[in-house]
Amino acid sequence: MSDIVAMFRGKRRSSDFIPALGFMLPALIGLGIFVVFPGVRGIYLSFTEYNIFRDPEFIGLENYEKALQDPFVWNALWVTLQYVAINIGVQTVFALLLAVLMHRFTKSVWVRGVLLLPYLISNVVVALVWLWLLDYNLGYVNAIIDFIGLDRTPFFGETTAMATIALINVWRHLGYTALLIFAGLLTIPKDVYEAAEVDGSGEWRTFFGVTLPLLRPVMFFVLVITITGSFQIFDTIAVTTGGGPVNATRTFSILITDKAWNSNQFGYAAAISVILMLILIAVALIQMRLLRGNESDLER
Amino acid sequence: MTLLSRSKEAQETQEILGRRNSTLTRATAYVALGGFILATLFPFWFMLRTAFSTTRRLSADPLSVLPVDFTWGAFERVLGIATSEQSVAEGGSGQSLDFFQYFMNSVISTTGATVSQVIFSAAAAYAFGVLKWRGRDAIFFLFLFALTVPAIFLVLPNYLFIREIGLLNTLAGVMAPHMLMAPFAVFFLRQVFLGTNMSIVEAAVIDGANHLRIFFQIVLPMARSQVLTVFILQYITIWNDYLWPLYIGSSEETSKTLTVALGIFKSQTPQGNPDWAGLMAGALVAALPMLLLMVFLGRRIVGSIQDSAVK
Repeated sequence: MSDIVAMFRGKRRSSDFIPALGFMLPALIGLGIFVVFPGVRGIYLSFTEYNIFRDPEFIGLENYEKALQDPFVWNALWVTLQYVAINIGVQTVFALLLAVLMHRFTKSVWVRGVLLLPYLISNVVVALVWLWLLDYNLGYVNAIIDFIGLDRTPFFGETTAMATIALINVWRHLGYTALLIFAGLLTIPKDVYEAAEVDGSGEWRTFFGVTLPLLRPVMFFVLVITITGSFQIFDTIAVTTGGGPVNATRTFSILITDKAWNSNQFGYAAAISVILMLILIAVALIQMRLLRGNESDLER
Repeated sequence: MTLLSRSKEAQETQEILGRRNSTLTRATAYVALGGFILATLFPFWFMLRTAFSTTRRLSADPLSVLPVDFTWGAFERVLGIATSEQSVAEGGSGQSLDFFQYFMNSVISTTGATVSQVIFSAAAAYAFGVLKWRGRDAIFFLFLFALTVPAIFLVLPNYLFIREIGLLNTLAGVMAPHMLMAPFAVFFLRQVFLGTNMSIVEAAVIDGANHLRIFFQIVLPMARSQVLTVFILQYITIWNDYLWPLYIGSSEETSKTLTVALGIFKSQTPQGNPDWAGLMAGALVAALPMLLLMVFLGRRIVGSIQDSAVK
């Protein structure tokens, strides 16, 4: 904050400040109206009881106390973690594999383009397609399962829905994630591999000893954006199960929108979204520590 | 490093690593790659196959990879061309649907929002990347910080704001938060503009060009390919958005975007006996512009996303 104050004091000495102000004014206004103001307002609302028809009433920490005892919030934490674990676990392993395959065996941009296709299609479309493919009665997947003589599987049942949805989103994001990792692989200079070869390092040792450590900055970037996105999963669930069966897929985002728009408890919903944000900050900090993401092993 | 020199290096790396490849490794690798490609493309084919099928006949042949009882009916249904008797006869809900209108809503709101967003973000990036003034890094840090604020946290208060200024269920309301900037666009373009050849800018200043001219006639044209990159990436994101337009624009025909209309279409379709052909036809209409984008700009999109990883 003191930086900003100092800046305004010193503005007369800086030559380009006036034109700079002109150029950034629209963006600054946008930032103020749609990020800073709602950010502050969201935090304020989390300390109030507020339905749209009456003014917010300040109630201190009551929403947070309520949230900590609310089984729905704990359930949301549990199912969201399930989702993130399956989604990120499967996606990262397969994306890494796919990136290495692309890096070593094909130069084709078209292969990369095809693998990227699902990422360009909206979550809603992706959700509908898989809802259809995995339909219990008519879906292609169950038709095949039936055809080879196994029992039909309810892919959107209470025990299966969260995993199904997590894997649907793996399908959408796999090519995108692999492409990011692929870009990281391209930054590893060829001398490193030559050196490894000269040293007689085997295939697996080269991968785990050389490639993976050098990929760390990119993996950090990839994990931060995919995990942050993963925690906010909304679209696919809203279209397929809407949070059910029972509460098996009622993740944070579904719970928040539910409390706000269906129960008209905007203050409480704001408190839950602040909690989600705190979780996201904590997760990012832990990742930063574990992966030392801001450092690179490559000297450039 | 540029994309070109990188791809040359990649080729050499590929050769070094390739010396180890036995025929077996090679074969396994191609089978695996083929598997990934097949798994990626099959759902798209199945969308097409279903969209051209007759809903009531789908159960007759669930294993068919070709359309069951070929018809254009589903597309007529979602585009509002079919009469409601016709639509019910083919397994639709009989609700009137007008995906053409939703399509136009999406085109207008996405195009308007993205054009305006990229221009204003580029202008801000000019202030942060080309102009020199005290405190610019501190202000830029605000945008970096905004990049990390989760969308779900802002949706609630932003919805209240749009409601208070009376823009609920208007396309203007759907577009509003995108119009003045996107933190990602500002961040990405600043990075690009930092690499601007300053001697050209300084020469223009000496010639008496003002900053508006430098911005529009020198800096923007020099970076046009990266500006287009940002435009494409943001267009895709906004086109596919669901949560925001769902709560802002879902109650009026004139403000429903395609993704929202599809969600509503799904929830209206007869329970237990959904109009799958109609749903897939609608899904295809929604996906079409993105598929076309890929066909015409595939190489650039792939390159853009790769660049965004290592910038």
